[in-house]
Amino acid sequence: MRTNLSRAGLFAPLGIFLPILLIGYYGFQLEDPHRLPSALLGKPFPEFEAGLLDPAPGVPANLRASRNDLLGEPLLVNVWATWCPTCKAEHDELMRIRAETALKIVGVNYKDDPDAARRWLREFGNPYVFNILDSDGSLGVELGVYGAPETFLLDTTGTIVYKRVGEITRQVWLDELLPHIERIRAADD
Amino acid sequence: MIPELGNFSLVLALVLSAITGAGGLLGARAGRVRWMRAAASAVSGQLVFVALAFVVLVHAFVTDDFSVAYVAHNSNSLLPWYYKVSAVWGAHEGSFLLWVLIMTVWMTAVAVRRRHLPLDFHARALGVMGLLNLGFLSFLVFTSNPFERLLPLAPADGSDLNPLLQDFGLIVHPPMLYTGYVGFSVAFAFAIAALLTGRLDSAWARWSRPWTNAAWAFLTVGIALGSWWAYYELGWGGWWFWDPVENASFMPWLAGTALVHSLAVTEKRGTFKSWTALLAIAAFSLSLLGAFIVRSGVLTSVHAFAVDPARGMFILMFLFVVVGGSLTLFGIRARAVAAGVRYGPFSREAFLLLNNLLFVVALGVVLLGTLYPLAYEALSGGAKISIGPPWFNTFFVPLMLLVALALGIGPFLSWKRTGIATLRRRLAWSAGAGLALGVLLPLILDEALSPGTLLAVVLAGWVLTGHGLDIARRMRLPDAVRRKPDPGAPGHDGKRARRSRRAGRIPLAYWGMTVAHAGFAMSLLGVALTHELSVEKDIRMVPGEAAEHGGVVFRFNGIVSTEGPNYVSRSGRFEVADGDRRLLLVPEKRQYLAGGSVMTEAAIDPGFFKDIYVSLGEPLEGDAWAVRVYVKPFVRWIWFGALLMAFGGTLALADKRYRRLRTTDSTRVRALPASPAHAPGPAGTGIADYAPGSNAPRGKPG
Repeated sequence: MRTNLSRAGLFAPLGIFLPILLIGYYGFQLEDPHRLPSALLGKPFPEFEAGLLDPAPGVPANLRASRNDLLGEPLLVNVWATWCPTCKAEHDELMRIRAETALKIVGVNYKDDPDAARRWLREFGNPYVFNILDSDGSLGVELGVYGAPETFLLDTTGTIVYKRVGEITRQVWLDELLPHIERIRAADD
Repeated sequence: MIPELGNFSLVLALVLSAITGAGGLLGARAGRVRWMRAAASAVSGQLVFVALAFVVLVHAFVTDDFSVAYVAHNSNSLLPWYYKVSAVWGAHEGSFLLWVLIMTVWMTAVAVRRRHLPLDFHARALGVMGLLNLGFLSFLVFTSNPFERLLPLAPADGSDLNPLLQDFGLIVHPPMLYTGYVGFSVAFAFAIAALLTGRLDSAWARWSRPWTNAAWAFLTVGIALGSWWAYYELGWGGWWFWDPVENASFMPWLAGTALVHSLAVTEKRGTFKSWTALLAIAAFSLSLLGAFIVRSGVLTSVHAFAVDPARGMFILMFLFVVVGGSLTLFGIRARAVAAGVRYGPFSREAFLLLNNLLFVVALGVVLLGTLYPLAYEALSGGAKISIGPPWFNTFFVPLMLLVALALGIGPFLSWKRTGIATLRRRLAWSAGAGLALGVLLPLILDEALSPGTLLAVVLAGWVLTGHGLDIARRMRLPDAVRRKPDPGAPGHDGKRARRSRRAGRIPLAYWGMTVAHAGFAMSLLGVALTHELSVEKDIRMVPGEAAEHGGVVFRFNGIVSTEGPNYVSRSGRFEVADGDRRLLLVPEKRQYLAGGSVMTEAAIDPGFFKDIYVSLGEPLEGDAWAVRVYVKPFVRWIWFGALLMAFGGTLALADKRYRRLRTTDSTRVRALPASPAHAPGPAGTGIADYAPGSNAPRGKPG
């Protein structure tokens, strides 16, 4: 089949390969699943009303959380569950953020057994200011959650400015979250 | 301390791979025998250190050293020991270490076969492999180090191996697949060495063939194992999903299959040379592309265990350098015009060309179907589309039927041309037998078959009969005829082949081809019949209830709770009556303790003619369960066929003509340490480029 190829024809395979590589490059940029473009980015956190995992002492047990509880300062909303190994992996980093920074973290206990979740928090420590109970995953649907863990950064008005699918690591904190938080704080001043 | 030893070994191996790369390529160019020797010695060093690193990681897993991050993320003290070992390649870092280990073993094998190749060719091939290994080792050490520690706070226990991967299939599937992928690096390195020296000739093809066959056989087994694993472990009952990750392994296979056939023409007839070199580059490049697709996280699926932008970018740059570089070299060095070899339309050359054409088009279909959604997403700014199985099946099925049609003719043709009269008589028999099978099989099975399935059955019969008749014909050739050169036999051009025929022996390579082609026919039958005759039902069952599907009666006798080493499980008891046979099938729903994930373990009664498959769905109200029951006739034939193909490939590489040492021609090179001229020599030579005692010219090759 190659009996009469011209010299230039021999470069055809290279000509096929380079566009494929370019597509790979673009696809790679777009498809990095940690940075899935969320339809919610730049949108307000959805309205919701849900129970709490473990009301703080002195707070009525039937108190329910809503969107209003997420306003006023930048905060992280972290979707987690005890069945999720990656949540365990990021737990230490959340504990560190809680201990070393002023940023508040709100948990969404997603499709989980509340007793197991309480045990988990007692055993490994509690980085959350409070935990929204989402046992049936309905808030997760509103949020377009793919799986746990997922983390949303909200600004003071409750608008989602950043979303991460997967583990929060030290690197993610430094490279992604911190710059966003500083921007929010700067805009607020 | 021990994990640091592993890390250090990898760094040493990295340095040694650079020595192999530089020593091999520069030594061959400068004609320095000592550099070339050093390149080969550095290979043994790499083997020692990479193997040491691998053993260290296995040790870390077996001794539950959770201070090693990779062990903590992928193992658990409750894991049975054999899964602790296989967990070594259960995720990204370790599986890449396995990849490097396999690469090093292939390199060692090439290094050991030194006396079969001319010194400079051997050094160049090793040099190319050394550079590849340098890339792999850098990737491992700098972006995917399996020995990273979680210090000072090592977790008390690990977060467990992904339960999907706690399975026999996953112990053996990656090593086989990687051996195939990486094995194509030998064919690749030989092609690059041949392009560099300008000796793209039949000797090069003969040297490449056993290596290519071996890699291809491993890849075939690897893909079959993956398909088998998906069938029984994922609980979907399908055996191929056109999932991008499956396609990633299938594309090098298609290119490799074309390469195996194209090499035959280049070896025997000295033609298709540039094309063959291109296929060798393509087979390995597609292996790398597969690694990119699977490892970069471009696609999110069960296979993309690890997602890290730095890794993806590294692989992309590596692809750019390796594939872009080799295709550029190809463009500069390959010869556009073949040495005027003529052949008719009914010749072995023409049919091997047809084989190549069909496989390359099939490759194009799969490549497009895999990359198009990605390209669309890139160009449309994020809109997701899915092409899915209909696209692949529309093109792939007719292509494979055409392959089968050609396969019933091609192998019995002579080189150059074949008399139509003899051919017609032989083909009439195969066609008759194929049609007879098409008529008889529906009667035996007592099932009406659709036209498409019937066509596949007829073609399978056509292929099997053709090959059977040809083997029979060769076996009973009378002495007198055997003594005459038989234009229909492969290798009629070799004195050795003639001698072996006189001894009444059919060359192993011929047996290999026949077995592999029979395997193809068997897989074809399996695919067609499974597709047509499978019964798949999702039903609701309460304990005590019975249901009949596909001629099999399933009785549900309730659920029992059991405990495994690292999971608790609910298992269903199903009494199954298949004709006179009575058996108990116990599908499970497992909850793994460490991760908490729930896995479905299907219960399968495997059989040569029929698989019976029960898997538990979800519990419904009361005692009722959603139950999935499948009856899958002939599904095993798909994988048996693949194993036969791999076995055929292995038989062919054991053929004794590959065990010969260097030809007298090529030994001369050793006495002439000068480098070959930088310009490609006249067609089919190479030796002619060597001027005795010449030190010049040492221009850059390419």
